[in-house]
Amino acid sequence: MFISHNFEMDSFSQNPEFTIHSFFTFLDTSIMAVEFEGGVVIGADSRTTTGAYIANRVTDKLTPIHERIFCCRSGSAADTQAIADAVTYQLGFHSIELDEAPLVQTAASLFRDMCYRYREELMAGIIVAGWDPRRGGQVYTVPVGGMMTRQPVSVGGSGSSYIYGYVDSNYRAGMSKEECLKFTAEALTLAMERDGSSGGVVRLAVISEQGVERQVILGNQLPKFSTV
Amino acid sequence: MASVSVCQYHSGGFSFENCKRNALLEADINKLGFSSPAARKTGTTICGVVYKDGVVLGADTRATEGMVVADKNCSKIHYISPNIYCCGAGTAADTEMTTQIISSNLELHSLSTGRLPRVTTANRMLKQMLFRYQGYIGAALVLGGVDCNGPHLYSIYPHGSTDKLPYVTMGSGSLAAMAVFEDRYRPNMEEEEAKRLVRDAIAAGIFNDLGSGSNIDLCVITKGNVDYLRPHDMEHHLIHTCLNFAHGTTGVLTKAVTPLNLEVVEESVQTMDTS
Repeated sequence: MFISHNFEMDSFSQNPEFTIHSFFTFLDTSIMAVEFEGGVVIGADSRTTTGAYIANRVTDKLTPIHERIFCCRSGSAADTQAIADAVTYQLGFHSIELDEAPLVQTAASLFRDMCYRYREELMAGIIVAGWDPRRGGQVYTVPVGGMMTRQPVSVGGSGSSYIYGYVDSNYRAGMSKEECLKFTAEALTLAMERDGSSGGVVRLAVISEQGVERQVILGNQLPKFSTV
Repeated sequence: MASVSVCQYHSGGFSFENCKRNALLEADINKLGFSSPAARKTGTTICGVVYKDGVVLGADTRATEGMVVADKNCSKIHYISPNIYCCGAGTAADTEMTTQIISSNLELHSLSTGRLPRVTTANRMLKQMLFRYQGYIGAALVLGGVDCNGPHLYSIYPHGSTDKLPYVTMGSGSLAAMAVFEDRYRPNMEEEEAKRLVRDAIAAGIFNDLGSGSNIDLCVITKGNVDYLRPHDMEHHLIHTCLNFAHGTTGVLTKAVTPLNLEVVEESVQTMDTS
């Protein structure tokens, strides 16, 4: 989902000062979320780019929206940060009004409402995942354009194109937490290997009734595939 | 959610009121054969690093207008609050005004809460303002400070995205400065080592980037104290050695001397008013 914004750049191409910063900062990315019995596993790479320069090589794209609801962000860094901040506020307010933990579907609906209403202005591909007492672990995908749908496993970002085949052939319903973690880590590693806009470390999180466990897999600890 | 702030926010995004007027003015000026004034930019190297006791911010001091240096010694490290400073790259007017607006709002906020402002508050205010203007405010900022939760450092991009990191660089010289940081940064450095690292990173930007130059300013922020070192270092030795060539360095082929005999026509003295 890498879209070039060269129309913006022409007036600045003569000016060396703007070579880097006339680009948008992008989270062109590999993100993924998988449901399992009792929760969800979410994962993302850690690269933010402005053009061909890596602005942040240790980005955290797994953003907490509520205690047991996270979102994985891809697309424009500014847009997704602003949307996530707005939804965090709205969901927090809603949760206090209800005096109850919010549903993952509510969070996903809030994202969908914002992404659809401002679809012309925004560039945001978001995966909302979490655990709530009513329906357990859930993954909802809100891609560019503002559609919302629930999926047992969802991938997103520019790197996702390279791993649809891997994900479709290797996903089985009813995997355990450890199997899901391994599946996510391997899928993201493969995506990072092939996609120039993805890289760095793999950030993983497991969200369940017990809470959130986060982990980081550094570059040298990533699973190894054939060295062709 | 009543909050006191200096500027009244419009409901509903960027105000396009003046765009039509600007387009007409631009067309009129071009018809007469002139070009509208170029925005002064700070083609720049700015950076910041978190060390053991606080943060060190650094900046060069060159402001350019196209390919000409408009200001050889401009100050790019702006005051936000007693414990928070912000380096600015991009359009000089935008960084100056943005930091002043947020500084003003933050002071009002601080009086309202009765507490020393936090760096994350300044970050929120800056990113929400820049996002509202959708990148049309060309301000790329390095925000650093020390508050009740320790030292913090943020980089803020013109479109409103921010990153919270232990070391950041921005501006046209950011790649040169980042190379120095990636080589020598360690967590929990001592103050002298951190200052030397920032100074060297800015120097890398000054020597290897055309848009950066002149002196190096440093700002060391710790809990309860700020050292604003302006200038910390003046990188001029390279230029001076180039200008003094010994006679005979360039061989002389021919020499023609034409005496111009001038006579004094009129002599007048005007005293300067030095009061």
